[in-house]
Amino acid sequence: MAFPDSVRELYQAQLKALQEGGLFKEERFIHSPQAADIEVEFPAGSSLKKVINMCANNYLGLSSHPEVIKAAHEGLETRGFGMSSVRFICGTQDIHKELEKKMTEFLGTEDTILFPSCMDANAGVFEAILTKDDVIISDRLVHASLIDGIRLCSAMHDTFKHSDMEHLEEKLQMYQDKRLRLVVTDGVFSMDGDTAKLDKMVELCEKYNAMLLVDDSHATGFIGKTGRGTHEKYGVMGKIDIITTTFGKALGGATGGCVSGRREIVEMCRQRARPYLFSNTIAPVIIVGILKVLEILSATTERRDKLEKNTEYWRKGLTEAGFILKEGDTPIVPVMLFNARLAQEFSRALYEEGIYAIGFFFPVVPQGQARIRTQISAAHEIHHLDKALEAFIKVGKKFDILHKTKQEIIARYGM
Amino acid sequence: MDELKEIIKNYVIKEYLEPDSDPIDYDTPLISGGIVDSFSMVSLKRFLENKYNIQIPDDQATPEAFDSVNKIADLVRRFVKV
Repeated sequence: MAFPDSVRELYQAQLKALQEGGLFKEERFIHSPQAADIEVEFPAGSSLKKVINMCANNYLGLSSHPEVIKAAHEGLETRGFGMSSVRFICGTQDIHKELEKKMTEFLGTEDTILFPSCMDANAGVFEAILTKDDVIISDRLVHASLIDGIRLCSAMHDTFKHSDMEHLEEKLQMYQDKRLRLVVTDGVFSMDGDTAKLDKMVELCEKYNAMLLVDDSHATGFIGKTGRGTHEKYGVMGKIDIITTTFGKALGGATGGCVSGRREIVEMCRQRARPYLFSNTIAPVIIVGILKVLEILSATTERRDKLEKNTEYWRKGLTEAGFILKEGDTPIVPVMLFNARLAQEFSRALYEEGIYAIGFFFPVVPQGQARIRTQISAAHEIHHLDKALEAFIKVGKKFDILHKTKQEIIARYGM
Repeated sequence: MDELKEIIKNYVIKEYLEPDSDPIDYDTPLISGGIVDSFSMVSLKRFLENKYNIQIPDDQATPEAFDSVNKIADLVRRFVKV
């Protein structure tokens, strides 16, 4: 037997340590489609509970949109279920090329290549375009998938303080001896909900001859006046060399991602990016669904406008109630609790009140920065937000954290 | 006062710590203590190499060797000509 008791016990001890450290993740089973109102089985085996979902990446409420579902049904009939191939053997249908073209138009870039996920896009892009003679300079709060991709590539890697443009400039000056410089940032930072200062970053990259990569996964579809992303918000469309983004959030929320940007970069990915070369093509049914999403978004900005209004309403409500929020104007609204155990208990108490929102704590966020991350959707109606607000206030009173300073909360609950 | 250690400590404070961070001493675990991520140490390595005109081979610039001001100072001393 290749799995003796000693090996089993080794893993059991590691899992026990996670449980004892309060770091063990438990999944909640959802029995309904993704929406503002969902039915959840939690803990496992318990009866179903109807709750309001305040933690989905379903920003535009398109995950279960009837037109998207209808299109996917039709796609299933006309293009089949699977392709049983990677893209370059026999896995490229006309619709894959059509989606790449549509994404290029939507993002205002030169070309686009699809990946099975944005995690895969980020895992593949760096190794495909950089060598040991180059340097990557990334914001210190970029997403884990970018970090993993950077680790897979031989270029030197340095960081700059979060959103600190002076520090970035110092680093760009420091690495003028390198063959290529690539600056890397999230468009919207997933844990804090703030946006990268892309106008300043483009300026610095032009000044110091560096390329710029933006992961816009938490922005594509709704940030900017027509939802093109963070580059639209900052008026730098056409100036971002590489955008990576996902179809797993606002754009229907199913699966898939892409690298979009300079033509040659995209072609290098097509030739060299390993997750593209060695992973299956995206299923046709998904592609057809995403094409419908893009059609809906190109016809009207109604959904992103509603999302913006909902976000303002939610932020205002929480602020007036006396919660401490991370500053920002995106639908990611972190409610700061600082202490990990408090964040977990707060989340459980919210669930009792019919609100589904998760606590985040170290190592996902820095030590002493525990929080409940709420995410607003165009699928939310005002009555959802009012009910959620009522629950937040009730639980906030229970833990006596309303209108308290950070220091007062920490004094009571610890870091 | 050890000048080398002070130089390293001051660089770490300026480069990696936030204004409200806890103070550090020569033995504070920097990487294993979650204060600095191992990637970011690249700039400290480069700073020391330029300042002392040395080359620290990558296989010796490990997270363990960069885990405190004392350990970094020991590493640098192995390469600085006296």
